[in-house]
Amino acid sequence: MRHLRAAAAITLAVSVVAGVTACGGGTSSDGGSNESPKTLTYWASNQGPSIEADKKILTPELKKFEKETGIKVKLEVVPWADLLNRILAATTSGQGPDVLNIGNTWSASLQSTGALLPWDDENFEAIGGRDRFIDSAVASAGKEGEPPAAVPLYSLSYALYYNKKMFADAGITAPPATWDQLVEDGRKLSKDGKWALGAEGSNLSNNIHQTFVLGQQHGADFFDEQGKADFTSDGAVAAVKQYVDFMAKDRIIAPGNAEYAQNQSLTDFAKGRTAMVLWQAAATTFAAQGMKPEDWGVAPVPVPAGAPGAGKQTNSMVAGINMAVFRNTRNIDGAKKFVKFMTSDAEQKILCKTYGSIPPVKAAQSDPAFAAPELKVLRDTLATSAAPLPQVPNESQFETAVGTAVKELFADAAAGSPVTTESVKARLEKAQQTMQS
Amino acid sequence: MTATVTTDPGTGKQARGTTRGSGGARRGIPRIPDRIRRGGLPYLLLLPAVLLELLIHLIPMVVGIVMSFRQLTQFFIGNWGAAPWTGLENYEIAVDFDAPIGEALLHSFFVTCVFTFFAVGLAWLFGVTAAIMLQESFRGRGFLRTLFLVPYALPVYAAVITWAFMFQRDNGLVNHVLHDQLGITDQPSFWLIGDNSIYALIVVSVWKGWPFAFLMLMAALQNIPRELYEAAAIDGAGVWQQIRRITMPSLRPVNQVLVLVLFLWTFNDFNTPYVLFGKAAPAGADLISIHIYQSSFVTWNFGTGSAMSVLLLLFLLVVTAVYLFLTSRGRKGSHA
Repeated sequence: MRHLRAAAAITLAVSVVAGVTACGGGTSSDGGSNESPKTLTYWASNQGPSIEADKKILTPELKKFEKETGIKVKLEVVPWADLLNRILAATTSGQGPDVLNIGNTWSASLQSTGALLPWDDENFEAIGGRDRFIDSAVASAGKEGEPPAAVPLYSLSYALYYNKKMFADAGITAPPATWDQLVEDGRKLSKDGKWALGAEGSNLSNNIHQTFVLGQQHGADFFDEQGKADFTSDGAVAAVKQYVDFMAKDRIIAPGNAEYAQNQSLTDFAKGRTAMVLWQAAATTFAAQGMKPEDWGVAPVPVPAGAPGAGKQTNSMVAGINMAVFRNTRNIDGAKKFVKFMTSDAEQKILCKTYGSIPPVKAAQSDPAFAAPELKVLRDTLATSAAPLPQVPNESQFETAVGTAVKELFADAAAGSPVTTESVKARLEKAQQTMQS
Repeated sequence: MTATVTTDPGTGKQARGTTRGSGGARRGIPRIPDRIRRGGLPYLLLLPAVLLELLIHLIPMVVGIVMSFRQLTQFFIGNWGAAPWTGLENYEIAVDFDAPIGEALLHSFFVTCVFTFFAVGLAWLFGVTAAIMLQESFRGRGFLRTLFLVPYALPVYAAVITWAFMFQRDNGLVNHVLHDQLGITDQPSFWLIGDNSIYALIVVSVWKGWPFAFLMLMAALQNIPRELYEAAAIDGAGVWQQIRRITMPSLRPVNQVLVLVLFLWTFNDFNTPYVLFGKAAPAGADLISIHIYQSSFVTWNFGTGSAMSVLLLLFLLVVTAVYLFLTSRGRKGSHA
C-alpha cells in the first residue's frame, strides 16, 4: 500500500511538473484555398472604448458585407493584451482566423513567420491597387523591399491633449510647442495634488512609442543599418532619460503613473487630475469617460525646437492598425473581398469617423469630418512628421526589452532612486544583451 | 507515473511470486487466481487516467523537450519541421550564468526559491492552525469552514485581478488602510512595481493556497481517534503537548503529500504573477514561470524557453524524488 501511495504521489508530481513544459504543436500548409467560400472568421482589435462597443460598431458593417457578397463574417474582438499571443498560437497551430487586425508595429515580426498572405502587386490589384493607400502607412506594413504583410486599415499618430481649464487656471495661454516649454508649463500645473503630464509607465508598448520618438529627435534609431540592436547609443540613452526625467527630475508626472498600464492616465486626464497626455486618437475614450469635447484641446507633440518635420523634428510614430489575411485561410477569395470592403472609400469614412482615426486611404481623407481640429493635427503629423517604428523582425523583442527597461527606470524614479545617465545606460545595455538574433 | 504501468502482464511465475504487478486486461481468461485478479483491478481502474495522462501531459512534454534542441524562433514557428537542430546550444545559453540570459535565469530561480519557501510555509501554517482551531465543535463552525474555502473556490483570474486593484498605489485598498487610516507608512507604497512586489506576490499566493492546506488537514484531523487526546489529557498533557505529540505525528502522511503538492504548485505558479504584474514582472518578483514565458512567448524564442522549461522540469523532478525518498525513509524509521 505504501508503494502504491508513493507511486500515486509521483504520478501527481509529474503531472503537476509537466504543466510548465506543455506546449502544443502543429504544421502549416502553403497558401490558402476556397474550401469554405461562404464564411469568414475575423479577429478585430479593440479600437473603441470597449469590446462590446466594437461589436456594436462593426456588426452592421459586416451585415452590409454579407448582403453584398453572401459571405457571413464571424467576428471576434480580441483585447490588445491577448492579440499577439493569439496570433502566435494561430501561427504555430495553423488554426487561425481568415482575416485579422494587427498592430502595425508587429508587421515585420509577423511577416517573418510566413503566416500572413504577402500583399504583392496581384493581391493589391484585387483590392483596388497599392496607390490608393498613403505611402507611410504602407511602409509600416512590413520590411522594406518585400511585399507588405498586411494592408493599412486605420492610421493614427500621437498628439498632445490638454485640459483647457487647467491651462487657463495656471495662466498658460497656448499649448507647449517645445519640450522646454512643456517642462516649464508642467511645473506651473503640478501642484495641489494635480499633475501636468500623464504616462503609462508599466505599459511596455507605450514606453516604446514615446522613447522611439524622443530617440528620433536625438538622432537615435535603436537599430543599425544591418538590423542589429543598438540601444546604448548616446542618443538612445538621452531619449530614455529625458522621458523618465519628466517624473524623476522635472517632477511633472505623478509617481503613481509608474505602475499604470491600463490607460489609467486617460482616466486621470478625463477627471481633471492631470493636465496633459501624449496619446493617439483619444477623443472617444474621453467622451466615454464623460469629458466634453470643448473641455480639451489638441496640439502637435512638442519637439526640441522649431516646428515638427522629418528627421530630428519627428514628433510621432506612424501608429495604426493593419489588416492581414492568414495564409492558411480556407476562403482566400472571400478574405480579399472582405479586405477590399473594409478598405473601400465608403467603409473607411464610416469606420475612421467612428473610431476617431485617420483613413490610410487617400480618397477617404477628403471627407470634411477629417478636417476637425483633432483629426487635422493627427493627419498633419502623419503626413509630415511621423516615422514608422523599426521594421525589423525582432521588433517585438525590442518592445519587450526596452519597454521593460523604461518600466524599471520609472519604478526607480517613483521610489525616489536617482535616475542617471549611467543607470539608464546600464538598463539599456542589459536590454540589448538579452536580444538574440 | 510509470510505476503503475510498467509491470509486465502477469506470467505464471510472477503470479506465484507476488501479489503485485499483474495485468488488468486479462479478465476473460479463466482460472486466474483470485489474488491476481484482485491485485490487477486497481491497475485496470487506473488505465484510463494513465492513458489520458500520456496524451495530455506526456506527449506535449516530449514535444517541449524536442523543441529545446531546435532553434525555434519566429522564422520557424509556422513550420516547426524546418527549424534547425542546435544540439545543446539552447541549454548552454540558459546555464551560462556569466552571460545576461543565464544570469537573469539564475536570479529568477533564487527569487522563486525564496518566494516558494515563504508562500508554502505560511500557507501550511495558516492551514494547520485553522484546521486545529476548527476541530472543536462550536456555533458557526460550519460557516467558518465554508468561508475559509472561498479563496480556493474563486476563479484565479478574477481573484488576482481584485488583488491587483487592491495593491494599486493611488487608489488601492491596501494603501488606504496602511497609509491613510493607520498611518504606518510615510507615503503610499508601491506594491506592483519595485522591491515590495515580492510581498504582494507572497500575500496573494498564501491567500490562494492556504484553503487547500486547510481542507486537506481538516480531513486528516477527522481520522485521529478522540481517545488519544482523552488519554493524553488524563495523563496531564496540555494543548501544546497534545498538538506536538499526537496531532503532528498523526498528520505526517498527509503533510508529506500536502507540502509536496503546494511546493510544486507554488514553484510553477504562472497565473498569480502574470495577472498581478503583466508581461514584465519586477526584478524582485520575477518568478521562473513568468521568466520562461518572457523568454519564449514575448521574445518569440521558443527553443531557449523550452530549454529553460526542461531544466525546471528536471529540477522539480529531482527535488520531488529526493523529498519522497527522504520522507518515506523517515516514515519507515518512525514505524520501525
